[in-house]
Amino acid sequence: MAEDAGMLLELYNRMVTVRTFETVAGEYFAAGEIPGFIHLSIGQEASSVGVCSCLQADDYVITTHRGHGHMIAKGADLKRMTAELFGRKTGYCKGKGGSMHIADFSIGILGANGVVAGGLPIIAGAGFSIKMRKTDQVAVCFFGDGAANRGTVHEVMNLASVWKLPIIFALENNQWASTTPLEVSCAVEDISCRAAGYNMPGVVVDGNDLIAVRKATLEAVERARSGKGPTLIENKTYRIRGHFEGDPQKYRAQAEITPWQEKNDPIKRMYDYLVTDGILDEKMNLKIWDDAAAALEEAISYAKDSPFPEPEEALEDLFVNP
Amino acid sequence: MTERILSASAALSEALHEEMKRDETVFILGEDLTAHAGLFGQFKGLPENFPDRIIDTPISEAAIVGVGVGSALTGMRPIVDLHFSDFVTCCMDELVNQAAKIRYMFGGQVKMPLVVWCPDGAGIRAAAQHSQSLEAWFVHVPGLKVVVPSEPADVKGLIKSAVRDDDPVMFFQNKNLFSRQGPVQKEEYLIPLGKAAVKRQGKDVTLICYGSGYYLCLEAAKILAGQNIDAEIVDLRTLKPLDMDTVISSIKKTRRAVTVHEACLTGGFGAELCALIQEELFDLLKAPVKRVAARDVPMPFSPAMEDFCMPKVADVVEAARSAVSWTASR
Repeated sequence: MAEDAGMLLELYNRMVTVRTFETVAGEYFAAGEIPGFIHLSIGQEASSVGVCSCLQADDYVITTHRGHGHMIAKGADLKRMTAELFGRKTGYCKGKGGSMHIADFSIGILGANGVVAGGLPIIAGAGFSIKMRKTDQVAVCFFGDGAANRGTVHEVMNLASVWKLPIIFALENNQWASTTPLEVSCAVEDISCRAAGYNMPGVVVDGNDLIAVRKATLEAVERARSGKGPTLIENKTYRIRGHFEGDPQKYRAQAEITPWQEKNDPIKRMYDYLVTDGILDEKMNLKIWDDAAAALEEAISYAKDSPFPEPEEALEDLFVNP
Repeated sequence: MTERILSASAALSEALHEEMKRDETVFILGEDLTAHAGLFGQFKGLPENFPDRIIDTPISEAAIVGVGVGSALTGMRPIVDLHFSDFVTCCMDELVNQAAKIRYMFGGQVKMPLVVWCPDGAGIRAAAQHSQSLEAWFVHVPGLKVVVPSEPADVKGLIKSAVRDDDPVMFFQNKNLFSRQGPVQKEEYLIPLGKAAVKRQGKDVTLICYGSGYYLCLEAAKILAGQNIDAEIVDLRTLKPLDMDTVISSIKKTRRAVTVHEACLTGGFGAELCALIQEELFDLLKAPVKRVAARDVPMPFSPAMEDFCMPKVADVVEAARSAVSWTASR
């Protein structure tokens, strides 16, 4: 499959934007300017950008507590995202959600979910609704290796398969469920083998290879759109940062992390690919990073210049008809 | 206005026929719906008339409510049948962390037009895991509306409003009342959520009830009338939003109140009512507000024990009498 050079460059750009957003968010969190918790997906950008690059504008995505990449990859506005992380009135959720509960329904993002695996039952509803309304949309749910062990996942995968719902289960196996490594929490190494029990395809993908992620996702999307049902894609990747920013990470050694950073960074790998193919040169690369930094700087200014919500606004938005 | 006598089940089915005909985004989802038109026959006619919109699911409550939540977010108006209300425990995340929170935590970006239909209540010898009345749990969760109808006419008017509402509604209908009959207006009507009904006028004591508690109060009021105690019955119909205005104006008149529900006593909705009443009317009350409720044990199987644990007409009579005599003794 020959991928279009301009499109690949654009996707590289988007991975750089995700990385820059999260790096900058991490800095502002460390400086105490972002309240609460943030969970970064640094090192997993090929999965978020790769999967979302295969979707139409009206396709649905549900993301997780580690969801900044999925939001940006689906087209979320950096300013409104940043403002939400800063708890401002101009944020996506008017400061009611924060990093863990962010959404943009206007671009099909049905929300990040703070409950591990919380999005999976909901994606079944999005898929069912597509079927009832007879549109050609698909619905993607991102979740992690930790979420894969929730009982609801079993209910949803069985239901999605028996009803042939247009769903892509995008599992990001980053090897760590909070502080618990895969080998002590999971009876299998390849979680995607569980798909066999639901009579749907389960695919293991090099999740740090953008082109491999796209190839698997395009097949799953095609299958979903043509009414053949769901696919479980397991993007093997690695969580470079702690579970949350500020996590002391006493449970793992830097020696485990370093090879992923040095030899398996999805952005570096894509850079090498694009340079080898003559699509990207160093001058262009610097401009991509500079532009991303400038966009983030603008988003941060927007957030910091935005007002906090009035305390009483906490009482709004509960019901449509109170 | 023409009235017919319908059972609560028939009223429910008629209402759903009307709503599904009116709005093609309305559908019903749950376990064992089509074989017998619902476990209790409550959806009679719907499988034949709307074969693509009443859907049998696997026994997967979290996924079922998840389908409700996800389809409500994407343009549909789902009604989820939970089979027995006791099974809310198998989908609490979907109800409490998802359905109740999504509109709010995303800053009002979306609506959640979801109805969760829960057959509840005891008295059918179904024992501990099929007999609970759990409405108070959901009243305690901001973001959910809670409806507990009693008479067939209420069932019809309230389910229609619940289906049209853009917020998630927990709709508890008592299993023992499915075959209860009552007059139901033939012409279309709605009963707004959050509107109580004074179903019997009286001057001595206010009986505040909902669901099956209403029928206990109705019988009790007849007995009390024979003892020269004139009871007023306020059927709340909706617990959230709560029509406290109607409760307060009734108690301002009677100055005594008894709360009646089939759910067990401790932490029940009667406790919330007592708190609200004393906050508003402390100086006016002539007696402490009494609560009638089930005993604080899981519902036992053996008939004599179950009957012992459930609230009875005599309990309501006794509570009302003691409220009235309290005044006399002061």
